[in-house]
Amino acid sequence: MSEQIDQALARKYDAGFVSAIESDTFPIGLDESVIRRISAMKEEPEWMLDWRLQAFRSWQKMKEPDWAHLGYEKVDYQSISYYSAPKSMKDKPQSLAEVDPELLRTYEKLGIPLHEQEMLAGVAVDAVFDSVSVVTTFRAKLEEAGVIFCPISEAIKKYPDLVKKYIGSVVPRSDNFFAALNSAVFTDGSFVYIPKGVRCPMELSTYFRINELNTGQFERTLIIAEEGSHVSYLEGCTAPQRDENQLHAAVVELVALDNAEIKYSTVQNWYPGDENGKGGIYNFVTKRGICETNAKISWTQVETGSAITWKYPSCILRGDNSVGEFYSVALTRGRQQADTGTKMIHLGKNTKSTIISKGISAGNSSNAYRGLVKMGPKADGARNFTECDSLLIGDKSAAHTFPYIESSNPSAIVEHEATTSKVSDDQLFLCQQRGLDTEKAVSMIVNGFCKEVFKELPMEFAVEAGKLLEISLEGSVG
Amino acid sequence: MMLTIKDLQASVEEKTIIKGLNLTINPGEVHAIMGPNGAGKSTLGYVLSGREGYEVESGSVEFEKQDLLEMEVDERARAGIFLAFQYPVEIPGVSNMEFMKESVNAARKERGEEPLSAAEFLKTAKAACKQVNLPLDFLKRGVNEGFSGGEKKRNEIMQMILLQPKLCILDESDSGLDIDALKVVADGVNSQRDGKRSFIVVTHYQRLLDYIQPDFVHILADGKIVKSGGPELAKEVETSGYAWLEGHEEASA
Repeated sequence: MSEQIDQALARKYDAGFVSAIESDTFPIGLDESVIRRISAMKEEPEWMLDWRLQAFRSWQKMKEPDWAHLGYEKVDYQSISYYSAPKSMKDKPQSLAEVDPELLRTYEKLGIPLHEQEMLAGVAVDAVFDSVSVVTTFRAKLEEAGVIFCPISEAIKKYPDLVKKYIGSVVPRSDNFFAALNSAVFTDGSFVYIPKGVRCPMELSTYFRINELNTGQFERTLIIAEEGSHVSYLEGCTAPQRDENQLHAAVVELVALDNAEIKYSTVQNWYPGDENGKGGIYNFVTKRGICETNAKISWTQVETGSAITWKYPSCILRGDNSVGEFYSVALTRGRQQADTGTKMIHLGKNTKSTIISKGISAGNSSNAYRGLVKMGPKADGARNFTECDSLLIGDKSAAHTFPYIESSNPSAIVEHEATTSKVSDDQLFLCQQRGLDTEKAVSMIVNGFCKEVFKELPMEFAVEAGKLLEISLEGSVG
Repeated sequence: MMLTIKDLQASVEEKTIIKGLNLTINPGEVHAIMGPNGAGKSTLGYVLSGREGYEVESGSVEFEKQDLLEMEVDERARAGIFLAFQYPVEIPGVSNMEFMKESVNAARKERGEEPLSAAEFLKTAKAACKQVNLPLDFLKRGVNEGFSGGEKKRNEIMQMILLQPKLCILDESDSGLDIDALKVVADGVNSQRDGKRSFIVVTHYQRLLDYIQPDFVHILADGKIVKSGGPELAKEVETSGYAWLEGHEEASA
């Protein structure tokens, strides 16, 4: 049986093509002059450059963390290029008609049509290619509602007060090794601002694509939801199939002011490397949100890609009655390694958090959940519920759970449930006896296992996530 | 002839369980297989459906002129072999509805038919659900998730009704059922007797055969059919149990 499962899980990566696009790429290496050049390319104000340089100086004094349950060869930060942009972007296109058709084709191949007439109904898209944002759709319609959705490089110039006030307010520039690196060299990403009381009229989404060889992608996303506003945001990520490891170190900051709600969903499908662990993206990401009174932040992630995933989307529940949620599906196969989870920091009274984590390990992969639930001294009546389920496919994969609970308030309640199960021969046999082939059977069982998380995704993407899981599982069943 | 089993010998974990079994089943026939525990009754069902770990050592099985032993589990299922499990397993999070829709459409595809739309399928599924006396919300619930023993058995019969197989193997579908549930199961099976569909009814007790009238009864002991007859053979088992088999074995040894 496990041989069959292995075959069914043999890897196929549909997004693994390289686009032939002329690019302006910096030579490899990192020092202050590189940061000055990035800042100059982006025509940034002085304060932004200073901020970057301070981050860089902190980073130089920091050590790469090694506490995660991950084994990999450390990155040589001097052998990567920190900036790459399609040549045709030099004179920024004013409309889709001016965008390099090869670029549009790239996104089309990925199933993300950027042509106005074929756009995903009701979803505004910001497409980030290597280091720059290529195009943002539906901007006019969003502007009518007062919503700002644009590349962060543009926001720095157009809305400096907002950016200055909030950038680094949730993830300080020296928060950790990867966040500091990102703060120094980030090139683009999305900026979202929802005014007071506004319900964003459509889903917002960003698609990240790494194309160039030996290029790191360092995007930075900042979402600000003013009092009583509401927004749902989705990001998707892919990269070509390459033998070299590529670095992705992003920072995402969410600010949910009083009574605001942010729903942030991720479908991450970076190239995971081949069966033997050659190539693949190193995904070191810092995502964090802050909730003021009665605010709510909900993280949903479906992680199927990357050779290494190091990622803990977190909520700081500062305001009373605020709510944090984390729903996660992490699938690893082949030689993939994931160490992912969340942090729920309860500071306010009656704060609530829910963590539902589903880890699926197949092949020779390793999948770890790491979560911290912290109840501060003032968090009277705070509650957390954590459910952490692992599913093993085959007999060579591993699942680990590292829950940390720190409570400084006797009235706070923390509940933790954990299960580990296997796709059993009995389940597979039942499915096959009803006429389903092994692949279909496994993907059905795995989809069932993930149902609680998938139902949290926006409708359009729940179907995508199911399909992605199915493709990812192809050939991994035995 | 629908199914021809010749000199079948099969083992589990290197222990031979089926030791030279012969059986022929024509379309529309109901064959009951009775016998003491450990005789190989369930093993026969698993061997016919192709379960991994059940090794055929020798002999042949022909199903509708195809070499059944050459086919994978799912191929056999799509060719029309259905096994109603003695202990149906749970598949959490996968609704009965989507599970059966995929199964039914896999069988339809095999026959070169168009898949059923969600609405078409829902209609037939509701009817089947009612037929086995399960509330309609069972279609939405996870496959066997939190079902009682009797509900699981009825759910198996519902799947059988939906899949419209050619040969149904019922593996102790009566075990653990009260008399009302037993009748529901039997009614479900009887409703599918159309003169073409065949059944292998595996049971330890004669009780089920009061409700599903078999054409033939076979007594399986130590991996072989030791006696075949009509429905009266089942009555004989009821009165005298399986103790007489030991004498039979001595006689044949």
